[in-house]
Amino acid sequence: MLKKLMGVAFVAAALTGTAYAQEAKTIGVSIPAADHGWTAGVVYHAERVAALVQKEYPDAKVIVKTSPDPASQANAIQDLAVQGLDALVILPTDPDPLVNAIKQVKDKGTFVTIVDRAPSVNDSTVRDLYVAGNNPALGRVAGEYIKDNTPDAKVVVIRGLPIPIDQQRQDGFDEGIKGSNVEVLDRQFGNWNRDDAFKVMQDYLTKYPQIDVVWCQDDDMAVGVLQAIEQAKRTDIKYVVAGAGSKDMIKKVMDGDKMIPVDILYPPAMVGTAIELTVAALYDKIPVHGTYTLDATLVTKDNAANYYFPDSPF
Amino acid sequence: MSAEGNEPEKDRKAPFWSDIDLRAVAPFVALILLLVLGALANPNFIGLNNLANVATRSAFIAIIAVGATFVISAGDLDLSVGSMLAFVASLMILFMNSGAIADPALMLTAAVVMAMVVGALCGLANGLITTVGRIEPFIATLGTMGIYRGLTIWLSQGGAITLKSPEIQQIYGPAYFGSILGIPVPIVVILAVTLIAAFVLYRTRYGRHVVAVGSNSDVARYSGIAVNRVRTIAFMIQGLCVAVAVLLYVPRLGSTSATTGILWELQAITAVVVGGTALKGGAGRVWGTICGAFILELVGNIMLLSNFISEYLIATIQGSIIIIAMLVQRSLTRKV
Repeated sequence: MLKKLMGVAFVAAALTGTAYAQEAKTIGVSIPAADHGWTAGVVYHAERVAALVQKEYPDAKVIVKTSPDPASQANAIQDLAVQGLDALVILPTDPDPLVNAIKQVKDKGTFVTIVDRAPSVNDSTVRDLYVAGNNPALGRVAGEYIKDNTPDAKVVVIRGLPIPIDQQRQDGFDEGIKGSNVEVLDRQFGNWNRDDAFKVMQDYLTKYPQIDVVWCQDDDMAVGVLQAIEQAKRTDIKYVVAGAGSKDMIKKVMDGDKMIPVDILYPPAMVGTAIELTVAALYDKIPVHGTYTLDATLVTKDNAANYYFPDSPF
Repeated sequence: MSAEGNEPEKDRKAPFWSDIDLRAVAPFVALILLLVLGALANPNFIGLNNLANVATRSAFIAIIAVGATFVISAGDLDLSVGSMLAFVASLMILFMNSGAIADPALMLTAAVVMAMVVGALCGLANGLITTVGRIEPFIATLGTMGIYRGLTIWLSQGGAITLKSPEIQQIYGPAYFGSILGIPVPIVVILAVTLIAAFVLYRTRYGRHVVAVGSNSDVARYSGIAVNRVRTIAFMIQGLCVAVAVLLYVPRLGSTSATTGILWELQAITAVVVGGTALKGGAGRVWGTICGAFILELVGNIMLLSNFISEYLIATIQGSIIIIAMLVQRSLTRKV
């Protein structure tokens, strides 16, 4: 259903874009400042799609603002609101502390889209549209891929940080491998960080004489994992499954790298989805209210080109 | 190797071990205890490969901490080293990516020189802000910590900076992954840096001045020591050590990101303190510092190799071990 909705939105956007001129609209986009790989990708895609929208609707004004923390993001939202907004697209640094600031904007009749990080109360009182990736599915798709391709695999897991998103991904993974012989040898935290993942992988390689598959949940950590495997000259590891959709890992999938046969999307480009849907709601009066969940798409050699952005910093 | 080598001679009849400074020995005893504990936890632990891994990857913190030993002995503190490492490494990779010099070997040499110069200049900046600007080192380096981190994020646009040239990567790779006479290069570098540092700290006039300034800077000033110059040079030594750590860091992943080196300053300070150097200055123990860096890395390694402890508790155990180490040290000082 959601996919259909998306299709309708795009067709409508394309038709109206060429058909007639529109009234001027201002869309504020408030996102976290780039402080690690994924948020760097968010900034890149927000700016990229903002430019696309402005090309298509010459009198649309899309203002992209980045903020390093909740307090300055609350200020940024106020600054945006002062300029007279028709819509606000916000990827909160931390959703709950920002709920009041978002509500203030919404109470003025502004269309509000929240991206990725949901506040505890995430209904029509806070926002009109919620666009997010699928954390449980990110784990589940990885688990299912391992179950289907190496049903007797011994797997080591490198987790992110001990926060709810990480737990959702772990639970999804366990669901994905259910009913198979896939054995999870160990789970340790790599903090979504290359250097820490390198260390954890080195220790895994010492601890376990036989490892078939590594699931490391995040493309940044995969960099450290691959380096540790190469250094140890171990040949028992068949492949590594990571996720997010960084350009380096997508490129490896495209090139048919044996160690990285697939990647799983949790795309920073979702901020672009949110902007496009918001534009569709503003200009074309299309009902987009509700929740739009992106698939945790399995990126394979065949479809990798669709998700490759060589100019992105992530 | 203790700094108190020239204490007045004690009663001849006392047993020989009363001359040994227990505080200087304690970190080594702790290290040996940890090795025994590790061997009990996992049979693979004591394997050469594992120990070489641990020693090799402790190189960054160990080398930075050697520099920190000088700064702390002189009574100062440098909080900017983690950010500084990320900044210098990013600049080094960007320089190598710029393709200003066509020959890869020559390019690499130039990049190495550049990294050392930038590192020394970063240290000089910290030193001058502290001494000429007369700002508390804690605040001064808190400021530069933000500056270097911000510049790194700006350079990388929040993403990663990756070394592009495969030729340079190939020549440079052995600097982290290679070995000399069977000993991994980073371990050789740790030993070389520590030997030089120990010589400077214990055998040169400058080293004695560092300790004098750290013990009591007023007395040092009245004794004719150029206190500010001694402190500034200590910050520059720290900068050079960070640059050496960069030279080992870049070939490992061939890339830096906005999260490179986060909280490494605290690890370096911890290594120095666990190694027996007083945080208030006035005594430096370079070999203890290296030992402290190994201990920090070993604790994480043993936690991961043993199956007894939940992964959620690793930080708790690491924190406890550091505190216990400090308590043991303190009780030893009282006895001496």
